Amino acid sequence: MTNDYGIRAGVRTITALVQDRPGVLARIAGMFRRRGFNIASLAVGRSESPGLSRMTFVVEGPQNIVALVAAQLDRLVEVVQVTDITDKNLVWRELALIKVRTTPETRSEIIELVGIFRVNVVDVAAESLTVEITGGQSKIDSLVKLLDEYGVQEVMRTGRVATLRGSLVTGGSDGEFEVGSIGMTDESGSGLGPVGDSGSV
Amino acid sequence: MSTKTGGQIVCESLIREGVDVVFGLPGGAILPLYGTLSEYPQLRHILVRHEQGAAHAADGYSRASGRVGVAFATSGPGATNLITGLATAMMDSVPVVAITGQVGRAGIGTDAFQETDITGATLPITKHNYLVMRASEIASTIKEAFHIASTGRPGPVLVDIPRDVFQESAEYVYPESLDLPGYRPPGAAAESEIAAAVEVINSAERPVILAGHGVIISRAYRELRELAEKAQIPVVTTLLGISCFPEDHVLSVGFPGMHGMAYASLALDHADALIAIGSRFDDRIVGDASRFSRGSRKVHIDIDPAEFNKNVRVDVTVMGDVRQVLDQLNPLVKRATHEEWVRHIEHLKAEHPSLRIPETDRLLGQQVIRSLSEVTKGRSVVVTGVGQHQMWAAQHYRFTRANSWLSSGGLGTMGYEVPAAMGAQVARPGELVWSVCGDGGFQMTMSELATVAENRLPVKYAILNNNHLGMITQWQDLFYNHDHQADAYTANPDFVKLAEAFGIKGLRVREQEEVVPAILAANNHPGPVVVDFVIDRVDHVYPMIPSGQSVEELIEEPL
Ligand SMILES: Cc1ncc(C[n+]2csc(CCOP(=O)(O)OP(=O)(O)O)c2C)c(N)n1
Repeated sequence: MTNDYGIRAGVRTITALVQDRPGVLARIAGMFRRRGFNIASLAVGRSESPGLSRMTFVVEGPQNIVALVAAQLDRLVEVVQVTDITDKNLVWRELALIKVRTTPETRSEIIELVGIFRVNVVDVAAESLTVEITGGQSKIDSLVKLLDEYGVQEVMRTGRVATLRGSLVTGGSDGEFEVGSIGMTDESGSGLGPVGDSGSV
Repeated sequence: MSTKTGGQIVCESLIREGVDVVFGLPGGAILPLYGTLSEYPQLRHILVRHEQGAAHAADGYSRASGRVGVAFATSGPGATNLITGLATAMMDSVPVVAITGQVGRAGIGTDAFQETDITGATLPITKHNYLVMRASEIASTIKEAFHIASTGRPGPVLVDIPRDVFQESAEYVYPESLDLPGYRPPGAAAESEIAAAVEVINSAERPVILAGHGVIISRAYRELRELAEKAQIPVVTTLLGISCFPEDHVLSVGFPGMHGMAYASLALDHADALIAIGSRFDDRIVGDASRFSRGSRKVHIDIDPAEFNKNVRVDVTVMGDVRQVLDQLNPLVKRATHEEWVRHIEHLKAEHPSLRIPETDRLLGQQVIRSLSEVTKGRSVVVTGVGQHQMWAAQHYRFTRANSWLSSGGLGTMGYEVPAAMGAQVARPGELVWSVCGDGGFQMTMSELATVAENRLPVKYAILNNNHLGMITQWQDLFYNHDHQADAYTANPDFVKLAEAFGIKGLRVREQEEVVPAILAANNHPGPVVVDFVIDRVDHVYPMIPSGQSVEELIEEPL
């Protein structure tokens, strides 16, 4: 995979435990920006330990650099623990709220359709209906696509939360998430191509 | 426990951290702190002429002493003037603590007079920073700031304190312990990593050490030398590693890269094992990574794991403090002679006389440095700016004392030379400090000559005056078809008169035979001296590996 500048791109999934202090997110976001990482998704919430938040990032960037994202995060003083779970056996979920346009004719059809996805209808209004879905990216994507036939008005996604599996089962995915599609492939070699030469004097 | 004002707590805390000198310049937001200084005569405050000077002086003080350098500045423009100095310290891993005044708490976020979000502005150029919103948090913050600045991979830390927090009272106790759950600098390395490194070193036939700034930061001179001598491993240093290994040692092979010695670059190229110690494979050394030292297995010893496999893919990484790692490594390294390889290096040195100075009647920068090196027997502290004079100083001064080279390697900050030398002289009062300056860089920060004069700091400034931004001229010659734009200084001041205007002794040298007498005169003068070495033409610095290329494209001598 290469990006617009022809630089080999990589994607990592990272979880981090960070001190819950003002400015922490700005520090992390600033570091990502400076190193040329793009945050594909970000989820933040309180963790099981008081004073600490847990963040889950999906980060894209030049491959040689993005491989260092965990080390770069760990340099930040307020980041207590970082795990790069990209190549690990993990479970991940994302939640989405999808508001779709309805007419008296389509309403029941939509309710039937979303039933197949085992999702909850959380709001019903005269001209719209909102459903809540939890799952992997492809599951959410396909529901959004299906509902778009009726006119999707709004999609709110939380971004991915992930954790390592506690079981002994090996193998990468939960069936909804292809590790290979998002995992970084390691292309070893003695060099990483031209170092970003600054060309400066 | 006692009640003190925030300003007093700052001073008390600094004293607890062993600070005895601060470089700064006041302004409204930090005046309450200055208002307490008279109670603390043990804190010497050196009033600079520009806050950039304070940051560079704190940096020079720190590099020269191994202690944390401290700078004070006011909010807004005072704080933003520190930025170049903080970025310089960040790139070169120098522990500096900057304390800035901020507008009062009620004014924060309102675009109040002289308000700048300096913690926001310095996020990418500090190791960490703080905005302290309560006087009761000052002591613990300063303790953390010093700890973070000086441990692990060091770097600058900024502490921003609103004006009214300096005035607020709080109970003062200096905390005994730190609460930094996310900050655990590595110490010794894992046994498995050591074992892997030992395997590479012991099985090598053509090993070479690339010793960087980390060796100096960790004060691992003795340990490095032990490793090199035990296994007879030639030592190449990086630009910032200069003076971590005596250059009169038989195993010393100079520095590689863009303007390094050809034989140093070739040694890296011919090696079958490269042991990088406290260096970060900067692009000025590596050039084209796909062609860098292709035949070697690489061991990378560093305290910062974010440097591993960043620019160059390595075979073994060893995370830890350089000195502790070498202590672990050295007993396991086999004695060896590597006779053939050492002979090969000797041969490279003979074949590639990278330090040959052209024969001419004209005064050359290279000669000035060579003479300075001879007269001072390689024992002066040398501070430089950025450009040709810097490269000549790195090439032609033969450093024989540990930690005697101060230069802005990472950021390449012109103007570093004047204030950093001032800081170095404060750190090492009895020693000879020579600042090798470009006429360009000198003019960026020469206002600090007033500070030098006021504090009677006997720094010797050698301006290699080519009336040009010489390195720019060189690049335009080589890469822009001799199209000279904005490289000439056609109305330079008379630097001798300028020095005299500051009350500083000024000397001018135009001829080769005047060089040594001028250096001697400067050395013998008890106060500061400015020597204007007039070089009437821009010469080029060689060898040169054009940026992004490899040793194959090395230009050894003038084309
Ligand atoms: C603050 C800053 N601005 C611009 C540059 C780009 N630059 C690198 S070397 C150089 C010329 C330096 O001229 P001088 O200080 O006279 O030294 P010389 O090369 O002539 O020895 C310039 C402009 C820089 N490194 N730093």
